[in-house]
Amino acid sequence: MATATFRIWRGDKAQGQFRDYNAEVAAGMVVLDVVHQIQMEQAGDLAVRWNCKAGRCGSCSAEINGMPKLMCMTRLNTLALDKPVTIEPMKAFPHLKDLVTDVSWNYKVKQLIPKFKPRPADAPDGTWRIAQEDVERVQEFRKCIECYLCQDVCHVLREHKMQEQFIGPRFLVHVAALEMHPLDVGDRLKDLRTQFGIGLCNITKCCTKVCPEGIAITDNAIIPLKERVVDRFFDPLSKLFRVFTATKT
Amino acid sequence: MAEYLIHEHDVLIIGAGGAGLRAAVEASAAGVEVAVISKSLLGKAHTVMAEGGIAAAMANVDDRDNWRVHFADTMRGGQYLSNWRMAELHAKEAPARVRELEAWGALFDRTNDGRILQRNFGGHRYPRLAHVGDRTGLEMIRTLQDQGVHLGFDVFMEHTIVKLLKDGERIAGAFGYDRERGRFHLFRAKAVVLATGGIGRAYTITSNSWEYTGDGHSLAYHAGAALMDMEFVQFHPTGMIWPPSVRGILVTEGVRGEGGVLRNRNGERFMFKDIPLLYVNQTANSEEEGWRYTQGDKDAKRPPELLTRDHVARCIRREVREGRGSPHGGVFLDIAWIKERIPNAVEHIKKKLPSMYHQFKQLADIDITQEPMEVGPTTHYMMGGVRVDADSQMSDVPGLFAAGECAAGLHGANRLGGNSLSDLLVFGQRAGGYAATFSQKNSLGDVDTAELRSAENWALQPFERKGSENPYAVQHRLQETMQELVGIVRQEDEMLRALDCIRDLRSARERVSVDGNREYNAGWHTALDLYHLLTVSEIVTKAALQRKESRGAHFRDDFPEKDKQFGLFNIAVRKGANGAMQFSHEAIPPMRQDLQQIIEEMK
Repeated sequence: MATATFRIWRGDKAQGQFRDYNAEVAAGMVVLDVVHQIQMEQAGDLAVRWNCKAGRCGSCSAEINGMPKLMCMTRLNTLALDKPVTIEPMKAFPHLKDLVTDVSWNYKVKQLIPKFKPRPADAPDGTWRIAQEDVERVQEFRKCIECYLCQDVCHVLREHKMQEQFIGPRFLVHVAALEMHPLDVGDRLKDLRTQFGIGLCNITKCCTKVCPEGIAITDNAIIPLKERVVDRFFDPLSKLFRVFTATKT
Repeated sequence: MAEYLIHEHDVLIIGAGGAGLRAAVEASAAGVEVAVISKSLLGKAHTVMAEGGIAAAMANVDDRDNWRVHFADTMRGGQYLSNWRMAELHAKEAPARVRELEAWGALFDRTNDGRILQRNFGGHRYPRLAHVGDRTGLEMIRTLQDQGVHLGFDVFMEHTIVKLLKDGERIAGAFGYDRERGRFHLFRAKAVVLATGGIGRAYTITSNSWEYTGDGHSLAYHAGAALMDMEFVQFHPTGMIWPPSVRGILVTEGVRGEGGVLRNRNGERFMFKDIPLLYVNQTANSEEEGWRYTQGDKDAKRPPELLTRDHVARCIRREVREGRGSPHGGVFLDIAWIKERIPNAVEHIKKKLPSMYHQFKQLADIDITQEPMEVGPTTHYMMGGVRVDADSQMSDVPGLFAAGECAAGLHGANRLGGNSLSDLLVFGQRAGGYAATFSQKNSLGDVDTAELRSAENWALQPFERKGSENPYAVQHRLQETMQELVGIVRQEDEMLRALDCIRDLRSARERVSVDGNREYNAGWHTALDLYHLLTVSEIVTKAALQRKESRGAHFRDDFPEKDKQFGLFNIAVRKGANGAMQFSHEAIPPMRQDLQQIIEEMK
């Protein structure tokens, strides 16, 4: 059986360093398998977050050879094993221990977003009639597993640390899912422009590239939301129209 | 002196999957203070792995469906050991629980006239599963999570409970630790709801994540509540088997619901060879008829691939044992063949089963639109659990409730696919509501500080020992024992050997030591989880020894037939005064006349 070297970040909030571990590798293995093996045989207290091991729960996000990825879906045969494979925690969040970061900021952001608000039911039985094609558009956004890799790679959060002004791609996708929901009558455009900071995104599409669910974050969620904000707040004709009809802004 | 943080709430919910979150939503809506303990981050619970759908007799696709048919299907699937009152409540209330999710923002796939689409699943007479492609569980948990975020209940993420606390007979709270810093926490509460899920980590090959160590089962047992039906562990027939690192990951029953077929190495549809008596009248006579069923022909009967999970799993095992298996020791599950029947099959498969397509492509280099998958049984679900009152979900311990997988009753000897998500919603809602009412009628119980001190000392022992046992290795040995000796086919001498092994492992656990400090220390957490895993493994084995027959998910090589006498009771276990496990046979109460009549009519 072949062996390879894995260079894993070890440490706590105060200090840390890479440590090399040699591990046996076999056909079909993913990075999370190796981490578990090292945990079982060489480093019992190695901290790693994981759950489903099938790319569904979005717990095991990390940076593998510098690329934000799910450890459970990264097969070893996609990595060069002749040199050490580096495994590090996500950089955009406060570090806790080894491969684990504090992602609680994301949970606080979600609370800021006004909840789903459906239109009155269509049918006498208190339910709605919705066409499949209207469902599908939003289902793309609802595939999100909240792995926060898009947040990790977004330079507004990662380099510029603008967590106070910008909710990040994950939550722009969440807002898109609500705004484009066929039943929703809520209005989040003003929030998008102000406290959610949609203007800070300059569509470099880094988030789309790392999404393990293949959601077209920039093209299908962020750009259409930007267009809605522009239509509402910056289009002179509709602004004038609103003055006369006194609709909400 | 013990050091811990103290929290006080009306209702404490342990577990943040479908049942726990639904209970939290209900209890919060009743206006009481609620805390939810989540072993992982919020929204990561095993419910996200549920693929197929939520069973609810809404009759959107086939208007012959109604709660009576769903009730009869559930009872038949459970081999008549289910609590009939729970099966009745479940069948009646599931449709409202699904519609409620829609009102909270869940977006299900639609019928042509814009209603919620329902799909076929094993053991359900009509298309009944409301679904979102093959990621229904994610939709459900995200909807509940997003609904809950705005209700203001407290969520303790990455916290684990090690002990339930009582004041005399009644519940008083729970004691646990947080992963991040390893600090201890006392949660005082007037009512406690267990919603901790299953026990899958007792086995080597499992679809369950690290969390599923039987915490709720064990906590309730040690607190004096009765557990029942613990011999019934569901092995899902189709888990991935190759490459080794993905072994056990679930392949949804939805593949078969969409027309996927099982074949052995000779290309034979082996499921046609053995059709159980209970299902002869409901099963297709030919491959042609089976195909028509999956395509919505109401005159056709379902293909044998959609028989109940216990039966399909055993048929797969038989094919492998008798030398007709696939190269890696499973059988073939083929959905690609439907291109012979429908145009644009490739697109159809990708649309109906996107996660499966993705999962096989990425983890096994298999394109399921072009070639068959290799599959085999994987430990999936625990039918047994805390014995509860059907209506309120309260256990024998006043103020202690249980819902979802860690509760027993609804599924009897075998659970039907799709009946789990509906179980979580129906009984999560009930448990949350009744727990809130209980908390309004009772005050906080007293907590014994000496008990807390001893719980804390117990939990810290692995750091103090300089023992020779590695917690991961002990867990691994336990998993191999259960897999080999108390698995899909059982016999007495093997299970007696398992009990010997479990006894040895229990003493090994007492020698377990861990390195490092208390912060996010996975070795320490594993050492503590082992206590629960060993408790439930011993109970499963002993209950399985007592049931000297084969029924549903419990199959004995030495007693291969069903025995009428064993159909009259459930096997329950309680912790005796001397600490020993006490088993009893609890007679199943006679079924209400109107329900009995439904069963007769649907035979």
